[in-house]
Amino acid sequence: MRREYGIFHRIDWVMVFLYLALVLFGWINIYAAVYDESQPSIFDLSQRYGKQMVWIAAALLLAIVTLAIDPKFFSQFAWLIYSGLIGVLILVIFIGRDISGARSWLHIGSVAIQPAEFAKMATALVVAKYLSKMDLNLKKVQTWMKATILILFPALLILLQRDMGSALVFLAFILVFYRFGMSGLVLIALVAMPVIGILALLINKLILIGILFAGAVFFYFMTQRKFRHLMIVLVIFLGSVGYVFSVDYAVNHILQPHQRERINVLIGKTSDLKGAGYNVNQSLIAIGSGQILGKGFLHGTQTKYNFVPEQSTDFIFCTVGEEWGFLGSIVLIVLYLILFIRILTVAERQRSKFCRVYGYSVASILFFHFAINIGMTLGLMPVIGIPLPFLSYGGSSLWAFTILLFIFIRQDAYRLELV
Amino acid sequence: MEKLYLNRKFIILGLFLFTGIIFIIRLFYIQVMAENYILSANNNVLRYITQYPARGLIYDRNGKLLVYNEAAYDMMVIPREVKAMDTSEFCRLLGITVNHFRERLTQARRYSSYKPSVFESQINRENFGALQEKMFMFHGFFVQPRTLRSYSYPAAAHMLGYIGEASPSIIAQSPYYKASDYIGISGIEKSYETELRGRKGMKIRVVDVHNRDMGSFQEGHYDTISLPGRDLWSSIDVDLQILGEELMRNKKGSIVAIEPSSGEVLCLVSSPSYDPNLLVGRIRNHNFSLLSADSINIPLFNRALMATYPPGSTFKTVNALVGLQEGVITASTRFGCPGGFALGNGHVVGCHDHAGPLDLEESIQHSCNTYYCRVFKSILEKDGFYATDKDFNIWRNHILSFGLGKRIGLDLPSELSGNIPSSAYYDKYYGKNRWRSLTVISLAIGQGEVLVTPVQLANMTTVIANRGYYIIPHVIKGVGQPDSVNRTLMEKHFCTVDPGYFDVVVDGMEKVVLAGTATNARLDSISICAKTGTAQNPHGDNHSIFIAFAPKDNPKIAISVIVENAGWGASWAAPIASLMIEQYLKGEVKRSELKERMMNGNLIKP
Ligand SMILES: [Zn+2]
Repeated sequence: MRREYGIFHRIDWVMVFLYLALVLFGWINIYAAVYDESQPSIFDLSQRYGKQMVWIAAALLLAIVTLAIDPKFFSQFAWLIYSGLIGVLILVIFIGRDISGARSWLHIGSVAIQPAEFAKMATALVVAKYLSKMDLNLKKVQTWMKATILILFPALLILLQRDMGSALVFLAFILVFYRFGMSGLVLIALVAMPVIGILALLINKLILIGILFAGAVFFYFMTQRKFRHLMIVLVIFLGSVGYVFSVDYAVNHILQPHQRERINVLIGKTSDLKGAGYNVNQSLIAIGSGQILGKGFLHGTQTKYNFVPEQSTDFIFCTVGEEWGFLGSIVLIVLYLILFIRILTVAERQRSKFCRVYGYSVASILFFHFAINIGMTLGLMPVIGIPLPFLSYGGSSLWAFTILLFIFIRQDAYRLELV
Repeated sequence: MEKLYLNRKFIILGLFLFTGIIFIIRLFYIQVMAENYILSANNNVLRYITQYPARGLIYDRNGKLLVYNEAAYDMMVIPREVKAMDTSEFCRLLGITVNHFRERLTQARRYSSYKPSVFESQINRENFGALQEKMFMFHGFFVQPRTLRSYSYPAAAHMLGYIGEASPSIIAQSPYYKASDYIGISGIEKSYETELRGRKGMKIRVVDVHNRDMGSFQEGHYDTISLPGRDLWSSIDVDLQILGEELMRNKKGSIVAIEPSSGEVLCLVSSPSYDPNLLVGRIRNHNFSLLSADSINIPLFNRALMATYPPGSTFKTVNALVGLQEGVITASTRFGCPGGFALGNGHVVGCHDHAGPLDLEESIQHSCNTYYCRVFKSILEKDGFYATDKDFNIWRNHILSFGLGKRIGLDLPSELSGNIPSSAYYDKYYGKNRWRSLTVISLAIGQGEVLVTPVQLANMTTVIANRGYYIIPHVIKGVGQPDSVNRTLMEKHFCTVDPGYFDVVVDGMEKVVLAGTATNARLDSISICAKTGTAQNPHGDNHSIFIAFAPKDNPKIAISVIVENAGWGASWAAPIASLMIEQYLKGEVKRSELKERMMNGNLIKP
């Protein structure tokens, strides 16, 4: 016997306000980034800031629609939504259009949609659905293998669209798995992998294998030296060696030349400021020149005069850093952290496990975007083109993030009814 | 079951906070600690465009324009905007080779691919005219107007000097100058650099990543306006200067004329000279090396300020004045001349044939060596035979007060001080108390160690013309407006000889022209006072020297003329001085036959 309430009934206004603040801040920064003195109106639909206003209006509409949907719908139709989006992802590989090296766009009329953005939401739903199964044995490796397949499937399809950034974001689910019982060793392995991977690119592979072998021998003697331990150490060692070679192969044969250059620049192998290092260098110049108080709204020069590439999309944080300075940047980072913590807190208070897992997925996905995007503009991460949630220019990502968040807000509003 | 993993909530929370803190630390480092990003940002967007003011003009004392500016153009290049084009046509219009083109483009690229740099400097108006119509064909190239110095008369090159690009050492010393700025390198251009150059202005423009102009920086708040250079009025009479250079044609030497009452330099001739238009623009380097390589004429050498000669007999005028001041002679003192002055060691300072005994006036008129040896000996033995050192210093101080033996402080660079030897010099050379008046007797007749520059000699003449003082000679009498020269320059520098002693010397100098050693310098309507001299030249023929001023009362011009290897003073220097005085005081030369003869004389041996 559920009573019908208005769509804003018991919704978490903290999340809603943080969402609105970030979206509006994004809008005015896009305005500043591509500001054109001959088109000064922020409502000018021929400019990116005018278009972003339309995307925002559509996003708000989507938010309201999401809030109007029966909260049980998402859990009940999780598999359907997931399957549907997998279908679309496959479709994109065949009929999508190439935009800057990636075939990830689907054109519906005059609107270009990036299905990969929505796939994160669908995967979050299906992962929540899967992990909330009553008879799930969290101790079994098979459980996590199956869960991993759920995220690997869309990730691989997106990788086939040559959109490495979006595919990488699916690693965010590992945090969710960890929270709900997956072995911490997986997390450690995930940290060890980039370290070994970078070493594989930097130093001689034979020396690296020697180091790995020494580590394996050392590790084996640390155990009780049973046959079982020998086997485990041997498997891990061989796996690492295989990984070293596959990293080398992937970087030198699979990655596109510009991506390879970016990786080389990031790990310090090359420093070509006019080539691949240009982006990061210009990004640092823009942010660094903002100093403590920033140059002021519309007074940034580096982003406005196009020294920073992709200044309205992937490098939107440069405009924040340049015009709003250290103080503005801190405020933005703190806003994000409050949002993440709020989502975690709200997730923990859910009675339904589906909602808890989904909440963690939302927080992890947003966090991954935040960490990779800002880390990239600060020169701490490789240049991987993924949007900064709610701030970056673009309809697809804004809509996808909006739906992702508001599904959670919707379910939270009904947390007492949902079990 | 899952409650087991509750602590993992905090690990994930910790990961979020940790990432946020890392970002804030990183932001603190690049936004608050590091300074270089703001500089790089300005390098990215700000373009500093220098506004070069017009360099000041230079006029002569009668307002005739000597130096002016002519438009020239620097071809600039922004390498990354250069597109495929008709290179051979471009090179043809610019008058360069294709190899040179490639070389310069590589150099420009090395400097910066997106900032403009000078591709070819100082293209003259003719070449520019042809280029201008076709500039649209050459993307990445544009012209920046500059100015070239231009000279109305092919005269006064040494005094006017020339300008050139500031050298790296100048740029290192002075923050004002930047590469490819012009600076005065010699002459007036150098000594009045600050006045002539004005002040550069700076416009700051904002450009985007494609180097497109996006407007002025902060509404031009940091722009500076250029101040035009100030015009100069020289004291030079350009007609006199031209005549001097013509008279000195094919001769080495110098003519310096000064207006005694003001110290204004009327002409400053150094011969051989060159056309100042040769050291302008792109032809400068080529011509400069040609001129420097001319080791026979040494045309770049400014003899008026930098050549030193023994003053010869012209020095007798000063020695006479010192003798009078020291009381060792009077106007009526007479000495006989037995054809020379015996030094007692078998050596004789010879004299020429003349009537005797002579009084002071006549000694100047006939330039008697014996007379001056005796005067000088008396000066140096005034306090006894053994007080040479003391008396020598008294004599020397008198001489120095005539502006000799030191730089007189002309407003031109590179002046030399000449030499009036000190007692210390002789002490070192002969030993303390090992030299007496007769040891240094050649100083009596202006030979030996005494050396003067032509400008010092003219200044010495000025002291006599003024009967006792000089005003520091200067070539500029007006900055910004005519006759606005600094008053401190007008200070009278009195010599140590009382004015009353001058009349007899001046009378003697008048007789030099009327009935003495330089009757060929005589000018019927003007009383010229003069003294001939011959500077002994161990390397060849003696130098002909002549000093003069006119008119005798209230003199308007004092002049020194030195003609190298021309023999004795009256031969060449006296007529030349006479013609110069005629030109200056009469405004024209009537004795065209004499003028022709002087002009056509060739005294330079190849
Ligand atoms: Zn004699």
